Amino acid sequence: MKQFVTRRLGYSLLSLLLLSLTIFFFVRVTGDPAALLVEPGASEEDIAAIHQRFGLDQPLWVQYGLFMLNLARGDFGQSFYYQTPVLDLYFDRLPNSLLLAAVAMAFSLLVGIPSGILAAVRVGRFWDSAGKMFALLGLSLPSFFVGLVLILVFSVFLGWLPSSGSGGVLHILMPAFALGWYFAAAHMRLTRSSMLEVLGSEYVKLARLKGLPQSLVIGKHAFKNALIPVVTLAGINLVLMINVAVVVETVFAWPGVGRLLYEGISFRDFPVVQGIVIMGGTMIVAVNLLVDVVYAVIDPRIRLEK
Amino acid sequence: MAVMANRPLLEIDNLSTHYISQQGTRVVRAVDDVSLRINAGETLGIVGESGSGKSTLALTILRVLPPAAQIVAGSMMFENEDLVRKSDNEMRHVRGKRIAMILQDPMASLNPLFTIGDQVAEPIRVHEGSRRAVAWQRAKDLLKAVRIPSPETRVTQHPHEMSGGMRQRIVGAIGISCEPRLLIADEPTTSLDLTIQAQYLALLRDLQREHGLALIFITHNLGIVARMCDQLAVMYAGRVVEYGPVSRIFNAPAHPYTEALLNSIPRMSDSRKRLTAIEGQPPDLSALPRGCAFAPRCPAAFDRCHKETPPEFNLADGRTARCWLASASVQRGAA
Amino acid sequence: MSTSIETISLPSDLSPRPTASRLGDTPLIPLIILATIALVAIFADVLAPHNPEVGSLTARFRPPFWQAGGSMDHIFGTDQLGRDVLSRLIFGARVSMVVGFTAVIFAGVVGTVLGIMAGYLGGWVDQVIMRVTDAWLALPALTFAIFLAAIVGPSMWNIVIILGLVYWTRYARVVRGEVLSLKEREFVRLAIVAGCSKWTIMRRHILPNVVNSAIVLATLMLGVVIVTEASLSFLGVGVPPPQPAWGLMLSDGKQGLMVGYWWLTVLPGCCIMLMVLSANLLGDWLRVKLDPQLRQL
Repeated sequence: MKQFVTRRLGYSLLSLLLLSLTIFFFVRVTGDPAALLVEPGASEEDIAAIHQRFGLDQPLWVQYGLFMLNLARGDFGQSFYYQTPVLDLYFDRLPNSLLLAAVAMAFSLLVGIPSGILAAVRVGRFWDSAGKMFALLGLSLPSFFVGLVLILVFSVFLGWLPSSGSGGVLHILMPAFALGWYFAAAHMRLTRSSMLEVLGSEYVKLARLKGLPQSLVIGKHAFKNALIPVVTLAGINLVLMINVAVVVETVFAWPGVGRLLYEGISFRDFPVVQGIVIMGGTMIVAVNLLVDVVYAVIDPRIRLEK
Repeated sequence: MAVMANRPLLEIDNLSTHYISQQGTRVVRAVDDVSLRINAGETLGIVGESGSGKSTLALTILRVLPPAAQIVAGSMMFENEDLVRKSDNEMRHVRGKRIAMILQDPMASLNPLFTIGDQVAEPIRVHEGSRRAVAWQRAKDLLKAVRIPSPETRVTQHPHEMSGGMRQRIVGAIGISCEPRLLIADEPTTSLDLTIQAQYLALLRDLQREHGLALIFITHNLGIVARMCDQLAVMYAGRVVEYGPVSRIFNAPAHPYTEALLNSIPRMSDSRKRLTAIEGQPPDLSALPRGCAFAPRCPAAFDRCHKETPPEFNLADGRTARCWLASASVQRGAA
Repeated sequence: MSTSIETISLPSDLSPRPTASRLGDTPLIPLIILATIALVAIFADVLAPHNPEVGSLTARFRPPFWQAGGSMDHIFGTDQLGRDVLSRLIFGARVSMVVGFTAVIFAGVVGTVLGIMAGYLGGWVDQVIMRVTDAWLALPALTFAIFLAAIVGPSMWNIVIILGLVYWTRYARVVRGEVLSLKEREFVRLAIVAGCSKWTIMRRHILPNVVNSAIVLATLMLGVVIVTEASLSFLGVGVPPPQPAWGLMLSDGKQGLMVGYWWLTVLPGCCIMLMVLSANLLGDWLRVKLDPQLRQL
């Protein structure tokens, strides 16, 4: 077990390393990183100071070392616009994104799982086709379009819900729906295929042979087993949601990390953009590691693979 | 040991189960015109190659067929009721309670997420409405009955914590938990080690004796049949080609397929240098040849075999054989 | 007699095919839609009634012709700069098509080549390519794309390159998997024994066999790429104005949203939806037709 965790940890660290290299590389690929790292309208001294700070005149590996050193110390640079350290800004906004993602995730599971189960149990018939239709729509409608249409209907034409900001419960409904929509479809698909697989298993067959009622066969034996991959995916998707929420947060002016990214782009505030990207990648690598380890704890067979 | 009863416990007459493809174009005749009887306390062996229809037959009896399969003809009289005519809800009260089944792979048959105790107690709670504590106590007793050591600790464990042999015993415990009259065992020893097989078969025999169970034993292993079974049905391409008391069949097989099966078993006393296998392949059940299904591979086939499908002929001693060779000596019986 | 309730246990080889039966029987509709969009994109100059980039400030925010205030002059109305919406939609099709197809092909070529190399050559080549792939896959596509766009600045071709860079990893992973199993097949071994060089084998034997998966993946990716491009344009780091891109139109349309100028957002959004839906349907159908074993896609 320990061996597995160490190996897996090693992979994650390697991924993080490669990610940092990638980011480092791309920032310098244009040839003039100073243009990005310097505030617009900076003076000569400022530019010189930046050169000094990031060692832009030094050989690349020195620069990279400095870069990593700064990251390790939590120094992601300073936002031009807000004049505060990027990491502080990030953690300031993160709870809002977490909240939005949590509600969106709840929505996507509440819709996705039951519809997936229904589609599997009624495979090939009406509810299955309806489910497939829903899945397609989920994949084909971009989240910001869903958000905009929601605003049109519920804010402009009906006047029921507020179109922006983060005041109360009403404020979170539409953004959570828009964000969760795509994932609801994804979860439905996975639940359906997982359920179908479980329904074809020997232990479900035995459950029927025991004379158990349908409700017990599906509700007890099939359900729990089918849910395992879905829960795993949901965990990963939660973190993914935080990152792709940038468009939804922009549409609804929701004060989360995504909106911060949008501000970063709009104001050409590069340290913010870079910082969010680094944090985003790190979070996903971390959650993947966590999920793999938890899975290995639950299912001993996984540890023996690889 | 055949226990003679007035009526057979289960009487299957002309049963046919076909798999029909979605468009209705392909029809796989998995079970075709099968007739069998089993009396209370008796052991019936069903033998055949893979694809001969034995598993489908078992699933048909309990009506746990996939949606593509349908019973297209026949009847199954069990204690004066026709199982074919029952609704699914009515069958639910038969499954596990009056007729139980053991599957082949115990690792796959047990749900990995639930405890042993839960899974053994389950049918008891469902069929007899027992309270949890009562059912769990019964579960422990059952584990003891199938000779699992320290049942108190086992009862809270999960399937992956047990060995293969123990798991199969647990499946057996589930099978007898509600005191069924008939137990169907679909290749229960195939995935067990040879050393464990013998123990398991002995256990089955003891359970059968203690509980007065009738046992249908599905296998491809004639050696097991010789040890366990009173009656034998040999299946080929979905049909029963020979049926009767085991000893009689072994001494003088009436169907060339049975004979070939018996010959292909290597014996210690054999002086032959090579194993005899049966030539050819089993037929495609969706495109059966005209005439006898075994004719293409049969060393004794003659003209009529390739043209007409033989019916079941009644031979002496309660035997039947689906072969034109048999018609020479007996009159046609109503199968 | 078998009632419909007996639907639970399915033997694997005889279960009813759940996928292709209803929705994907004929890919006719998605094909027609995609073909129409392609034709519109190609003949945009001829089809568009007005110049999509120049508008008349006196004709701002006109609604579509069936609403009060609209006219047949601007069938779908005008935007905040008085530009004709229909013309912008038509030229936007061109942007979506060009960016979509080019990016998908670019990502596909890069990803397939690297995937074949990683799968066939193995060793450190495989390790390097796979580690990079895994690392890049950990970065959400949109975030990565935004990052790159912030660095190089928006332009249509920059976006194509960025999308290619972001999405090649999907191809690499799938193709590598295929190559790993192909490597064990007879005809590859024969070629090795016959003395063919590694590159020849990869080119003449491996490549044609992975093309199927690559094509299916490409069709499925088309939808994803278009949504990403629309998202980028919506955020302002995609195709730059005044070029009409559907995502950009949605972003512009936000301004008029609160006053109910619905056509500025709903119409471009529907175009995006149609195109992505068709690409997805087509991809699903292709996947079932070309190789049922490609389920993992």
